[in-house]
Amino acid sequence: MNTNEPLWEVFIRSKQGLDHKHAGSLHAADAQMAIENARDVYTRRMEGVSIWVVESKHIHSSNPDEAGSFYDPANDKVYRHPTFYNLPDELKYM
Amino acid sequence: MSEQELLKVFDDKVEREIRIEPKDWMPETYRKTLIRQISQHAHSEIIGMQPEGAWITRAPSLRRKCILLAKVQDEAGHGLYLYSAAETMGITREELYEQLLSGKAKYSSIFNYPTLTWADIGAIGWLVDGAAIMNQVPLCRTSFGPYARAMVRVCKEESFHQRQGYEILLTLCRGSKEQKDMAQDALNRWWWPSLMMFGPNDDNSPHSAQSIKWKIKRFTNDELRQKFVDVCVEQARILGITIPDPELKWNEERKHYDFGPINWDEFWQVVNGNGPCNKERMDTRRKAEEDGAWVREAAMAYAEKKKQRQGQLAA
Repeated sequence: MNTNEPLWEVFIRSKQGLDHKHAGSLHAADAQMAIENARDVYTRRMEGVSIWVVESKHIHSSNPDEAGSFYDPANDKVYRHPTFYNLPDELKYM
Repeated sequence: MSEQELLKVFDDKVEREIRIEPKDWMPETYRKTLIRQISQHAHSEIIGMQPEGAWITRAPSLRRKCILLAKVQDEAGHGLYLYSAAETMGITREELYEQLLSGKAKYSSIFNYPTLTWADIGAIGWLVDGAAIMNQVPLCRTSFGPYARAMVRVCKEESFHQRQGYEILLTLCRGSKEQKDMAQDALNRWWWPSLMMFGPNDDNSPHSAQSIKWKIKRFTNDELRQKFVDVCVEQARILGITIPDPELKWNEERKHYDFGPINWDEFWQVVNGNGPCNKERMDTRRKAEEDGAWVREAAMAYAEKKKQRQGQLAA
């Protein structure tokens, strides 16, 4: 009998309108238990209005060792930032 | 990149206070040290539920019972945050439990002492949680991301723990003579073990130097212990009970309190399994693990059954 409960990542949204943030992980037999366990472990002080659980094996992530080359195209495009543009002080609403 | 270059990137991140995350390259010793430290921290939280859990049924009022229940629940939660952080480093929950249950892993020696009276619950909150907070606040800036984030969460919850303990003692100290004596007795038994929580003296702590270099540890054992003593003296004065150390004295030159020698023989005896409650703590944990097996099996069996039923409905 396999009692190795799978690992789940827990994401919590603390208030309407905010985004879910990663809170940590836990083991549970299925999604319903994962949500109930997440409530007990991560929201004892009313920290959440919404809980997402995702089995850890379904999360794919970028490779930190390749960060340099992966993000290189964005690295030198300073004109994407509003502060790049030199505009007169008297200009309003922009 | 060569191992040299990877190490340089790693050292550079640590130097610049950039968090190391689970998928980052890290020296194998760093990984092993962290697994050891985080898992022993987690085990301490879980074992730590026992001395206080023993008084839930005997708390003197409903309010105190609710509060103690909430505290012990928090300790379970803290253990779970820390196990999760340890697991990000490539060790399974099963392996972590096995290390605890087999006696291979250590946990904080303080939890091998018995809680003899209600005042002990107060002393634990004030001194044991107090010492833990002193250790854990700097850990919020530890170099490993998941551990630091777990510590932020833990610290938010820990301050009520210390306050409830101090409030218990305050109530006792303002009560009858018997109650105040009970508080003094608890302080007498918990003071020195609490000082031992900070670990051996710096010159006797083999892992410390490397841990400081890698910013796993932000302050040394002796630094934290001194800070703790300084803080507690005034807190004891407000309670009106005496810290059981005849050598405790303000040192105007150092601007710190001098204090007496710690009985390191006792410390090592307790760490190595010969404390008053080591056997009881481990037996209780093993029994809980065995007695709970049917629940875990039932949960998995039910999940499997549900999945199959849903599969049949879909077909």
